[in-house]
Amino acid sequence: MKKIEAFIRHESFEEIRTRLSAMGLPSMSISEVKGSGRQGGYTESYRGAKATIFMRPKLKMEMVVNDADVDRAVDVVLELAHTGEPGDGKIFIIPVDDAVRVRTGERGDIVLAPHPEDAA
Amino acid sequence: MRLRSIRTTALAAGVLLLAAPGLAVAQDDGPTPTDIAVNSIWVVLGAILVLFMQAGFAMLEIGLSRMKNAGAVAGKIVINLSIALLMFWATGFALAFGDGSGISGEMGWFLNATDASADTNSLGLNSFMNAVGAYNIPVEAFFFFQVVFCAVSLAIVFGTMLDRTKFIGYVIFAVFFTGLIYPIVAHWTWGGGWLAKDGFLDFAGSSIVHLQGATAALVGTLILGPRIGKFRGGRAQPIPGHSIPIFILGVFILWVGWMGFNAGSTLGAVGLNFADIAVNTNLAAAAGVIGATIGSLFMFKTLDVSQMGNGAIAALVAITAPCAFVDPWAAVLIGLVAGVIVPPLVVLIDKIRVDDPVGAIPVHGVAGIWGTLAIGLFATEGRIGELGVSPGLLMGGTAQQLWVQFYGIVATIAFTGAASLIVFLLIKYTVGLRVSEQDELAGLDIAEHGMYGYPEQFIEVPGAFPEGARGMDLANLGVRTPSTD
Repeated sequence: MKKIEAFIRHESFEEIRTRLSAMGLPSMSISEVKGSGRQGGYTESYRGAKATIFMRPKLKMEMVVNDADVDRAVDVVLELAHTGEPGDGKIFIIPVDDAVRVRTGERGDIVLAPHPEDAA
Repeated sequence: MRLRSIRTTALAAGVLLLAAPGLAVAQDDGPTPTDIAVNSIWVVLGAILVLFMQAGFAMLEIGLSRMKNAGAVAGKIVINLSIALLMFWATGFALAFGDGSGISGEMGWFLNATDASADTNSLGLNSFMNAVGAYNIPVEAFFFFQVVFCAVSLAIVFGTMLDRTKFIGYVIFAVFFTGLIYPIVAHWTWGGGWLAKDGFLDFAGSSIVHLQGATAALVGTLILGPRIGKFRGGRAQPIPGHSIPIFILGVFILWVGWMGFNAGSTLGAVGLNFADIAVNTNLAAAAGVIGATIGSLFMFKTLDVSQMGNGAIAALVAITAPCAFVDPWAAVLIGLVAGVIVPPLVVLIDKIRVDDPVGAIPVHGVAGIWGTLAIGLFATEGRIGELGVSPGLLMGGTAQQLWVQFYGIVATIAFTGAASLIVFLLIKYTVGLRVSEQDELAGLDIAEHGMYGYPEQFIEVPGAFPEGARGMDLANLGVRTPSTD
């Protein structure tokens, strides 16, 4: 059981979500974040006064999947978030102890099982 | 003083002058200084109202664009108005209203009346504008009124091109459009050119101003291609504008400005019934809102506010050509139809994969065609009899006027479409028309202008938020919260 935490470009998200959803992995959260890295900053200029903005807007996508699904989920992000330019982002894979479904109280791998039959 | 010894000039036939029934048209002694003063006040006031329509276009387009592009839209509007004013003064006015051939004018460059033919009167108007006919206003009032119309037409062009066009692309197109393309089409009708001689009628510019702007707008968006993300998987995606209230403010500013646009197009006040035109214009706009609301309800099962606003503009565009020639009931009908067709047309334009962020093609283009044709259907004998053309087909007339209106529209689309295509391609293959994908994603505010329209949305601005309002630690401020209790 692993948590995949991917920092990606906004514009790549919709395709990634569509693909993962079709694979039966629609459970995820996203948040708007700002970050810095190799992409560097950009300059805002207001009436001649300049300021360099180092923190660029990115999207953080989080999902917890079973060990069997980690590679194929990561492959989807890798394929669709890739442009080859600095600023494509990073993916982190973090171990997770357990998962609990609030609705039923179930625990373990069953909670994270892919369900492609429900793909919309 | 300019106002002395004004010669009498009979009203030229075929120009858009509306004489109110029952009032004398030409007085033997010519207009008095008071007549000229009153006329000038109305025309200049009308021009000021039309000038303010730029604010309406700015608010409308800003409201329907995304936050990251709001500043760029504002900058575009202000530079384009300025280019329009200067280019129309330099060449546009002479091409549009100077004497010349049936295709274009040839004199009056830089508003200079001294290169005129012999016929000069003290108003300066007829010195190089015999073909236009006589209006009892100074030439400067006439120029001011016409130059702001040209700026409106230009503003329409760029409505479809939001969020992805290079600033320099706007500038170069504006120079050609206001200095050359628009004036030639305006000359055909309003400058006494070949369409005027054929009896083509367009009172305030459904075709000349709006359809022409929309034609160039269609060419522009076709050459640019859609915004990134507009069409995905073969389907049009919504890219909602960021502020419906700002959009509706734009609609209202345009609506008010239209009182100058239509009613001011009498180009005088004495002996002319401009209030009648103002009423027709408002009735149409109201019917347009109702029409678009009903259209939205049928098409989308919702009351789409952006469609309601577009309905008002579509109706105002449609009534612009016939406002002086039709009865109030016809104005209501013309406006209603213009409003109803907006929602289905917006969907249709999405279906054929054309990206039109503000709906300029249905609202200014299709409604402009409808309004121009409506003269051939609804014009009444009493209102256009003096112009020597047949009343509308539904008002006991023949189809003759409808035919003239039709080929006037075709000529406008053909010329403006071809000329715009050449200019846009010229820009595309020299300096480039579209920003890079990276710049488009970053937003034009930061990419083209280096500054945001709404900086607090995107960057840290020193002191932008009140102390403690964001991320404040309630406990440290001494506020009692459940966790500290």
